[in-house]
Amino acid sequence: MLALEFDETKCANCKAVSCLVKCQYMDLDKDEAKIEWQKVIKSEDSPVLDACTTCYACEEYCPFGNHPFYLIVERQEERGMFTAPRPITKQWINMCEPAGKFRLGKVKEQALSFCFIPALRSLARGRLFESALPSWILGAEFFCNVVYLHFAKTSVIKDRLPKITENIEKQGIKELICLHDECYGSFNSLAPAYGIKVPFKTTHYFEYLYNKLKEHKDAIKPLNVEVAYQRNCSARLVPETDHFVDDIFGLIGVDRVEREYDGENALCCGEIIRMVKGYKLADDVQKRNIDDIVNAGAEYCVFNCPFCYMALAEKMAKRGIKPIHIIDLCKLAIGEKPALEVG
Amino acid sequence: MSDMYEALVKIVGKNYVSNQKEERYFYGRDPGLMSPHEPDYVVMPRTTEEVQKIVKLANKEKIPVVPKGGGLALTGLVIPLKGGIVMDMKRIDKILEVNERARYVIVEGGTTEGGLKSYLEKHHPSLRHSIPDAPPIATVVANAVIHGQGRLTQQYGFNSDMVTGLEVVLPTGEICRIGSCSISKYWFSRGAPMPDLSGLFLGWLGTTGVITKMGLKLYPRKKIRDVEVFVTDKEDLVPDILFKLTHTEMVEDINIWCQPHPPMFRENHHVTILITGDSEEELQFKKKMIWDALQEYIDSKDGGFMWVMPDAKPTFLEMPLESLSKFADVRKGGGFEYSGPIVLAEDYPECSRKLAELAVKYKLTYSGMVRVIGRSHCIMFGFAYTFNRADLDEMDRVRKALHEVAEFALEQGGTHWKPTVDEQKMMMERMDPDTLKLMGKIKGLLDPNGIMNPRNWEVG
Repeated sequence: MLALEFDETKCANCKAVSCLVKCQYMDLDKDEAKIEWQKVIKSEDSPVLDACTTCYACEEYCPFGNHPFYLIVERQEERGMFTAPRPITKQWINMCEPAGKFRLGKVKEQALSFCFIPALRSLARGRLFESALPSWILGAEFFCNVVYLHFAKTSVIKDRLPKITENIEKQGIKELICLHDECYGSFNSLAPAYGIKVPFKTTHYFEYLYNKLKEHKDAIKPLNVEVAYQRNCSARLVPETDHFVDDIFGLIGVDRVEREYDGENALCCGEIIRMVKGYKLADDVQKRNIDDIVNAGAEYCVFNCPFCYMALAEKMAKRGIKPIHIIDLCKLAIGEKPALEVG
Repeated sequence: MSDMYEALVKIVGKNYVSNQKEERYFYGRDPGLMSPHEPDYVVMPRTTEEVQKIVKLANKEKIPVVPKGGGLALTGLVIPLKGGIVMDMKRIDKILEVNERARYVIVEGGTTEGGLKSYLEKHHPSLRHSIPDAPPIATVVANAVIHGQGRLTQQYGFNSDMVTGLEVVLPTGEICRIGSCSISKYWFSRGAPMPDLSGLFLGWLGTTGVITKMGLKLYPRKKIRDVEVFVTDKEDLVPDILFKLTHTEMVEDINIWCQPHPPMFRENHHVTILITGDSEEELQFKKKMIWDALQEYIDSKDGGFMWVMPDAKPTFLEMPLESLSKFADVRKGGGFEYSGPIVLAEDYPECSRKLAELAVKYKLTYSGMVRVIGRSHCIMFGFAYTFNRADLDEMDRVRKALHEVAEFALEQGGTHWKPTVDEQKMMMERMDPDTLKLMGKIKGLLDPNGIMNPRNWEVG
């Protein structure tokens, strides 16, 4: 069985205990955090395991890359805990079980991954995807499985992820362009943390978009709009990709508004919190987030994750904010029509 | 017999009578599993007076008459088991009046559910009726006659409970008005405060007369509809969940479903909760009441709300539900039938276990589909099995499974809904003898020659 590569000594020497002190949903000072974190490490009972909303943020807060969130999830599962209700957990596990119904384009060595999200296929149209498009994969057989972190089920990830990488390799793919941020996080954070080999190169679609926009520089008409960016949970796994957001915004003439809930302090879309903690906290998180965007004067809210879009688009539109996926924003900048629309 | 054909032509015109093989074939069957039996004639009257003339003629000649709406009951209720005349009501389909303030409509005997829905949306957008999840060609009257259920059943009971008056052609040819319309131009009550005679016709499956007009209650149409789906893997909790949900009185409609395909739905029981409101605030208030009512199951991790993504919502919100028709063809080959006994909500766990047990025993694909009737006063538990019409063995296995369902439902203390002739017999065998005798007296009085939909509710 695959095991998490976790280094206790890094935590023993850590003074900041940022993983817990910075948590947006727990109120622990450094001393309390130190005690509780040691309990988690030693697999003892700790309120941390109950209080966790599974927002992934502590993965980013840890300066040592020691995977505190993965450890919390491991400990939750060891105790047989369910973060979300058991039937909802079952539903998600069953939903993405590979069943031989995957779909393929004309797969070449470089391929786009639409993960198991048909909406990504709708997004990846037009000139920015012309050259790469014939080569794509879509289906549960290529699904990154990171989502099971929300459900305290690393066992599912450990079971399925090695097979997923095998499935991709079997297609002869040497470079996978991940249109789902979480896939990139899966191959570049989760897989190494569990010693799972990834036998192909992975490229985040931000980087792909950035390069394609440069190729189509002449077609870009600066949008001259103020936007807020909805940073998603899996962005916490690969914060090194974040700079591309600003790089892309720079190329297409978009200003990112300054706001409270951005960067490390971003708030998640809230829908996982709805399942895990109920509607009160979820509504509160969504309200604070949208209020913040409205107050910051943004015209658009730009999404990375299609599920964040599904969770928030309608709610934002009702508050006068135009929701748009970053791929659609790039298409807009070169005069193409967005694929995702509210309603 | 050619005299009869000519006599029918004389009543409705030659375009609306047939004794040809094609029509007799078509009108001799329904989409379910019952064996076909062809009529001798098919006739399509246009007015109450034409219906009256046909019935008088049939009564005189002692020829069976089977009134037919959409013919979608699936349980053979409009198969002419003794031949005779199938009276297709589809041409008598006017919407005669809508009283907007008193919220009722008067429709003719063949008005379709789809027709009424469209009419109200266009002309009376603040009103709606309790549309069943049947294809839109189902008729309003036939649905009430079989005690059908619809989207407002959780709030207001069986669709037959919403009837406000009837015009009926009796088997002996008299035209009766039932309810306030018998003494007034208004169709606001089917009985009260007078004796309620509607029970002589509702639920009798066309064996006591032909309903040519019906008054039906309409209800406020709220501006916004939304859906939540609560999921549990413990069927034993479902009755309590329903009790708590209905206690809120915040819900438009509640359906429960369980099925093994696609895989995301297996092992769980899904409670679809439809909510309406005239504003976002109203909707949010209702949602919070509902969430709070079920919070204890979320806390215990035994149940939770499924994330219904925006692109999935129309599937739950559409009226009627198209997904049922898709399930009907899941095996390809277009075969689908369900037995939908009316049982107590507390029987849900037993029913769902029986559904799965019979699917294993007979190697069938299944779906359980439940509609809550009233404030959890009872439920319709649909044991649905699909089959390929080209696979006779599979059809036989479905028949056997449904027969077991029929016995099981009665053992549970339930009753059959839109029962087949065999199921009617099973119920009558268990019925209080004096009640059965009363049914026989009523039938004998109204239909002395036994011409109306014979073999259905045939006492003795």
